[in-house]
Amino acid sequence: MAQKKAKIIEKRNEVIGGLRSFGTQIYNQLDQGVFPTIDMPSRSTDNIAYDSVVRQYILGDKSVSRSARNIRHIKPFTQLAWAAMFSNELTTQRKTSTLRDVYYSAQAYEMTFTDQQESNNIITDLETLTGFAREDFNIFPEERSAIFGDLTIGYTVPGYEGKTLNLTSHPDGVLIGPALTSSELMETKANKVIAIEKGALFTRFIEENVHNKHKALLISCGGQAPRQTRSFIRRLHDELNLPVYILTDGDPWGMHIAQVIISGSANAAHLRDLNTPDAVWSGVWASDIIEYKLPTDPLDDVDIKRLYELQKDPRYQNDPIWQKEIKLFLKIKRKAEQEAFSRYGLTYIVDEYLPTKLKN
Amino acid sequence: MAQATFEEISASDFFYRNRDIAGFTNPSRAIFAAIRELVENSLDAAESQKIPPNIYVRLSFEGEATKDTQIYKLRVEDNGSGIQPRFIPSAFGQVLFGSKYKLKQTRGTFGLGGKMAVLYGQITTHQPAFVVSCTGQAKIYSFKLMIDIQRNRPIILDRKVQINKDNWRGTIVEFSLEGDYLRAMPKILDYFKQTAMVNPYANLTFVDPKGRLYKFTRATTDMPEPPKETLPHPYGVDVELLQRLIQITPYNNMTDFLTGHFHRVGDVTALKFLIFSDLISFTCANHGKILSDQIKLVDNRPVCPQCGKDAQSSTKNPKRLSHEEIVRLMQNLKKYKDFLPPDASCLSPLGEELLKAGVQKELNPEYLVVNQRKPSTYAGHPFIVEMAIAYGGGVPKRGSFVIYRFANKIPLLYDEASDVSYRVISAMNWRRYKVSPDMPIAIVVHICSTKVPYKTVGKEFIADRPEVRREEANAIREVARQLQHFLSRQEHVHMEKKRLGIFSKYLPKIAQFSTTLAGQERVPDIDKLLKSVQKYGAEES
Repeated sequence: MAQKKAKIIEKRNEVIGGLRSFGTQIYNQLDQGVFPTIDMPSRSTDNIAYDSVVRQYILGDKSVSRSARNIRHIKPFTQLAWAAMFSNELTTQRKTSTLRDVYYSAQAYEMTFTDQQESNNIITDLETLTGFAREDFNIFPEERSAIFGDLTIGYTVPGYEGKTLNLTSHPDGVLIGPALTSSELMETKANKVIAIEKGALFTRFIEENVHNKHKALLISCGGQAPRQTRSFIRRLHDELNLPVYILTDGDPWGMHIAQVIISGSANAAHLRDLNTPDAVWSGVWASDIIEYKLPTDPLDDVDIKRLYELQKDPRYQNDPIWQKEIKLFLKIKRKAEQEAFSRYGLTYIVDEYLPTKLKN
Repeated sequence: MAQATFEEISASDFFYRNRDIAGFTNPSRAIFAAIRELVENSLDAAESQKIPPNIYVRLSFEGEATKDTQIYKLRVEDNGSGIQPRFIPSAFGQVLFGSKYKLKQTRGTFGLGGKMAVLYGQITTHQPAFVVSCTGQAKIYSFKLMIDIQRNRPIILDRKVQINKDNWRGTIVEFSLEGDYLRAMPKILDYFKQTAMVNPYANLTFVDPKGRLYKFTRATTDMPEPPKETLPHPYGVDVELLQRLIQITPYNNMTDFLTGHFHRVGDVTALKFLIFSDLISFTCANHGKILSDQIKLVDNRPVCPQCGKDAQSSTKNPKRLSHEEIVRLMQNLKKYKDFLPPDASCLSPLGEELLKAGVQKELNPEYLVVNQRKPSTYAGHPFIVEMAIAYGGGVPKRGSFVIYRFANKIPLLYDEASDVSYRVISAMNWRRYKVSPDMPIAIVVHICSTKVPYKTVGKEFIADRPEVRREEANAIREVARQLQHFLSRQEHVHMEKKRLGIFSKYLPKIAQFSTTLAGQERVPDIDKLLKSVQKYGAEES
């Protein structure tokens, strides 16, 4: 346990060191009387490629230069320097902030961002430059995902040091936020993680005692899983050696929610450890729709278009299951939601479907 | 059966019946026209002597006339040449009598204006006019006059002579007329302002019926060269003019007739023209008569094609030309291609300096460029186009260009859309010059000519003649080009300022943030970097 705690502190020092060295680099250039210039990996689409070894998108060798000499660069350059300073402050003082908060905080320094998007981009630049995720700088998006199950965590946030919490203590689940993601993972009786696309099914699973019956940690993704949730799933997998299963709707969108947890997104190609390559998509598959005779809706045009896109996506080439299910969706031209199992009674999905799927 | 009756009417009677064509259309227009005609006469009178004009105009309220009109007394004083006493009654009391029937550039052309004003005053108020004038001699003459409209003769009601103690020179005219000043006021004020613009060497003072004083002070005492009188150019001649010249000519051969009465016709041109129109015959001492199409010219002398000796020439006496010959002569004068173009000494353009001074003083623009074209001609009449573009400063922003039109230093205030300059300006591809109508831009067009090509007797707009159109288009392109340079320079300066502003906004912040981030105490000095941006900025352009 002490080792894990030391690891968290070490990570924080690394982050602070990265930010400071960026500051020192600019400072020294200015001090020598030259316009500060920095290089960082390019995030343009032609520099993003799927790496089948690390099983996620990564950035190529191309880099871009940002110079304060350039009239078009100087504003984002200044914003970047500000963001680094602000993040340094947050991390050092162990305070947290949100992307929205960043946008407003900048105004105190007369560093106005045109809009939220602009400030988000600058934070992404900072991630690219330092190689750390914004969560490492204590900048978080608005939370909407939750976890429930027999896991005891030890807080590291100021004021809670030494306190512990068992994640079964609140029946709505515990919000996956900065306090949780920065905690030590101390003890668990669970032997698997089940990530669920929708909050409704997550609640049903808690009510049906799935966490006990299947010795599982349940996670509600709230649609597309936020980055800190994906990162936390990775930690659960890596630090506790738990296999990860993902349950989504039976349509291309649900399929992709699972895929992003497994392989990551192109948008986060500049970052590592946000994905869990060993996680498994357990359903709802197109073949489940047939096998369980689930009530369905027809596929829309956009659904079909999306399926063709996914068919070509490099992330869908690893496991034959993807291609097989895509073809089947295209053949039956139907989709089904997770709730469709309710036609067999409220507990069917837990008592029958889940055990079968987990066995596979 | 009713018999048609015929009667002769006098010139003054004609204009009395047709006062519209001289601009006295209605009570508001009439009051404007009266002021304008007298002011222009005064300007001409001062300019002809190269005296910087001082003109004082006072319009005072006399009484109500009708529901919409009032009686006003108009007084105009100048420091011009003055009028010799024997001409004073006719100059103001006889229509079509005047000093302007010679060929040189003057403001009026009909010799009508002053008299029309007096005539109009008389028919609306039946009051006499007072004229005081002195040419700078020992005596000042005052007249009280009316016009006998049917006979076109002045009636002298009173005549006084005073001793010129103060060495005064000039003319004062005072008479009453009916008019509508309130409606005419905007045009009258425009008129004074624009007159001041093209007469920057004049002092103009106007006191209106409410006692308000409008003063336009001269910006310079430099004046343009007064125009010289000139002979008619062959291209501008008609049969009537030829017949008049033949009646008065002292010459008894065609060569002298042509060189003596026409502009830019010398012996050689006359000879060549006479050969061209077969009005000359030659004889050789050895070979007798030579036809004019066989004559040879050596060093511009006629020689016999057979022996090379000088040939004797003979021409008709112009007084013996038949009517048919006169018509043919007129046609040939127009047909012959080799007359020299008229020279511009009979013109008195403002010149670029004076135009600039005038526009500067009245509009006070941020940027001003003027252009004077070389003299050109239409139908034998020389003319010069002067053009100015004023940008920003006191130039109003109207959503369209403000156009100031002038002819022989007179502002043209009516019928702008019919004027050739309006068409030229509208036809311009302004986008090419990075100019748009919503910019504060004023365009000043001045055309001067011995015969301004007015479209109507009202003298309010210039006819669309190809020669005039071409000159105006060239002039406006030239000034537009220079305006474009100015605008892009200004844009560049603006961009540069903005650029520097960005650097000086952000560089100190970068310095501050990086100092904090690096945990340093001292903020790096960025002044050198800021200076280098300024220098590079200039180079990059």
